[in-house]
Amino acid sequence: MAQTEMITIFKTVLKDEDRKMDSITVALAGQPNVGKSSLINAISNAKLRVGNFSGVTVDKTEVVYKLCDEVKCTDYEVHIIDLPGAYSLTEYTIEEKVTKSFLLNEEYDIIVNVVDSTHLQRNLLLTTQLLELGKKVIVALNMSDEAKKEGIEIDEKQLSSILGVPCIKTSASTKEGIDELKQAIVDVYNKPQTTSKVIYSDFIEEEIENISNFLEDRGYKSDIPYRHLAVKLLKEDKDTYVKLHDEPIWIELQDIIKDALSHIYLHTNSKNLEEIFADERFAFAKGAKMEVMSLKSMRAKSITQKIDNILIDKIWGIPIFLFFMWGLFQLTFELGSVPMDYIDSLFGWLGDSVKSILGEDTQLASLVADGMISGVGAVVMFLPNIVILFLGIALLETTGYMARVAFLLDGFFHKFGLHGKSFIPLVTGFGCSVPAYMAARTLKNPKDKLITLFIIGFMSCGARLPIYVLFAGAFFSQESAGNILFIIYISGALLGLIMAKILKTFVFKGEDEPFVMEMPKYRLPSAKLIWHTVYGQAKSYLNKAGTFILGASMLIWFASHYPKVDIPQNIDTNQIKLYELEHSYLGKIGHASEPFFSPLGMDWRMAVSLEAGLAAKEVVVSTLGVLYSLGDEVDEKDSGLIEQIKANIPFASAIAFIVFVMIYLPCFAASMVFVKEAGGWRYLVYLFFMTTATAWILSFIAYNLTKLLVGGV
Amino acid sequence: MKLDELHIDDKAIIINIDADKTLKDRLSSFGIVRNEEVTVKSLSLANQTIEIDVDGTLIALRATEAHKIEVKKI
Repeated sequence: MAQTEMITIFKTVLKDEDRKMDSITVALAGQPNVGKSSLINAISNAKLRVGNFSGVTVDKTEVVYKLCDEVKCTDYEVHIIDLPGAYSLTEYTIEEKVTKSFLLNEEYDIIVNVVDSTHLQRNLLLTTQLLELGKKVIVALNMSDEAKKEGIEIDEKQLSSILGVPCIKTSASTKEGIDELKQAIVDVYNKPQTTSKVIYSDFIEEEIENISNFLEDRGYKSDIPYRHLAVKLLKEDKDTYVKLHDEPIWIELQDIIKDALSHIYLHTNSKNLEEIFADERFAFAKGAKMEVMSLKSMRAKSITQKIDNILIDKIWGIPIFLFFMWGLFQLTFELGSVPMDYIDSLFGWLGDSVKSILGEDTQLASLVADGMISGVGAVVMFLPNIVILFLGIALLETTGYMARVAFLLDGFFHKFGLHGKSFIPLVTGFGCSVPAYMAARTLKNPKDKLITLFIIGFMSCGARLPIYVLFAGAFFSQESAGNILFIIYISGALLGLIMAKILKTFVFKGEDEPFVMEMPKYRLPSAKLIWHTVYGQAKSYLNKAGTFILGASMLIWFASHYPKVDIPQNIDTNQIKLYELEHSYLGKIGHASEPFFSPLGMDWRMAVSLEAGLAAKEVVVSTLGVLYSLGDEVDEKDSGLIEQIKANIPFASAIAFIVFVMIYLPCFAASMVFVKEAGGWRYLVYLFFMTTATAWILSFIAYNLTKLLVGGV
Repeated sequence: MKLDELHIDDKAIIINIDADKTLKDRLSSFGIVRNEEVTVKSLSLANQTIEIDVDGTLIALRATEAHKIEVKKI
């Protein structure tokens, strides 16, 4: 997936000894959907994926750029660490955990707090928490162009004086304030200490002053300002206590703090310090907003409302969503079929040319044409489908519709022991299981996450699409193929839900994760962003075709051509190829596993393709290609794989095959990611047994049911 | 009255939040705290999820979570 690739590219390991004097480390923190990634894009030339759903940017990302200060013209090397979006410094989501632990434990010089100007109050809640850390902070009032459009005016100079830190209006799209931000980073870096301040209620301010004065009188040496130290003491910050506990000053300080706290308790009528300070922060954020923000009109906000009135309507919301999904699959199939034909004939021509150059009967020609070209061609042919599908998913994600879908579907998903948010990884699973497993990180509760991980495989990934397309094309008319595809996808998803319920009831019992999430504003996605996402997906699909699948195709070619056997004299010339294949390594493997597959109406060739599919699902089609087109080469007409499949596989067996493909273990790469996300190899063992058993049982039922209904032999 | 008992377009003031610390933190990071005004914007099928507007931010809640928030209709 694009995002992860980009992250690996820009991830550089920062070691302490590598850091020079002119190197500044900036921690970029902000709530989700504030445009952090776009801002990084504007500052540097790094390319990241920007999403409109909490949790798209999950990893720390470092970007390096040189900055020339106009006065001295010094080169600055600025490392920007793009922290995951966090609504607050709590540990509700994994993103928040990562961000909190980075801000508290890692080495960095400055926090750049990116703030959504159109939601100032909510964003300032995080800002106050960041200010309390006692680090150098710069506030970037991002999306200022959008705020202007919505009639929101912010006095950034006044906000600066309230917070005690530079506040700069920025916009990633109009490039407003980008240079000022770069300059501010250098300016703030050169200051000795932070000037940030959060102003509390008078009774707390009094105590802060008391403690600060005491520390100053004693000349206590502190790396952070006295004010911050005093606040930390009042908040009963553990680390601060541990540190001060061993100092001689502690004996007197203890009494002062004790008095201070009892005063605070008296004023607030509460003994819960966390709650007291949470209330204080809220009051501060609200107060700051009231002072600096003025609303000129209420225009733009209503656009989101109007769209929401239709899209999340009680009755129409879900049908509209289903219509979108249906439309997406139709588009994938119908529109995709146009370039597919061209690609197909191109690879056919390529194979024929190779054979005519290298000679019809040589081993090399056979390896290149039948093994490599036909194998890779079968994969590349489905690129149009995959591009369209990923384009649709990227659109859903970046417009903000994805969060609405979670809202609409939570009631439904919750019944199956899932979370409304499970929808995101599950729908991503329709594209590729690898990013889907990673997307499951947005689920905080480990049980919800594991259940989601276990059923992602039931959402048929893009790589299985070629198999379905092949079989739908072979056994159903062109017009109904799109519908068949839709049925396959929907029934796979429903099966996943049933499995989720079973897992929730019997394996993962216990409490649910609360459902509280932001519905971001609808946004027109930028073409650049969509292009980037789709390009990344297409590239990784083709990479897979060029490496994994090419290798697997050659391996299967080898296994299907060797060992060489003596052909018996009495055998019909039509049967020679088949005879050779049946006695090859591949045939032997297929035959060995035949007892397992024969109750499902599958012969050794189908068994072999399924086994090859464990490496990558795309290999199933290329294996079928090798197995079936080799077996009938005597035929003069150059009939396609579809014809071969139609002629060689009974209808009921084909149905069983589709069902098996729908359910069994995802590919090798996805399995590795699954292990990482689930947190152990044993989960893969569970997954293997769960999927194989389910696949076998349901294939068996499908086979016998179809035979009973259609009598397909 | 509880937040999940409100209808679409009802406005209310939050009086009390009876939840554990995790949920309380989560709610307050969205600005859902005592004395704040909320407006119900949308309800999903069978009122299983509720969309509310708090200071211009739209937030989706499950009915079970909304039930822990006590409000006064205005």
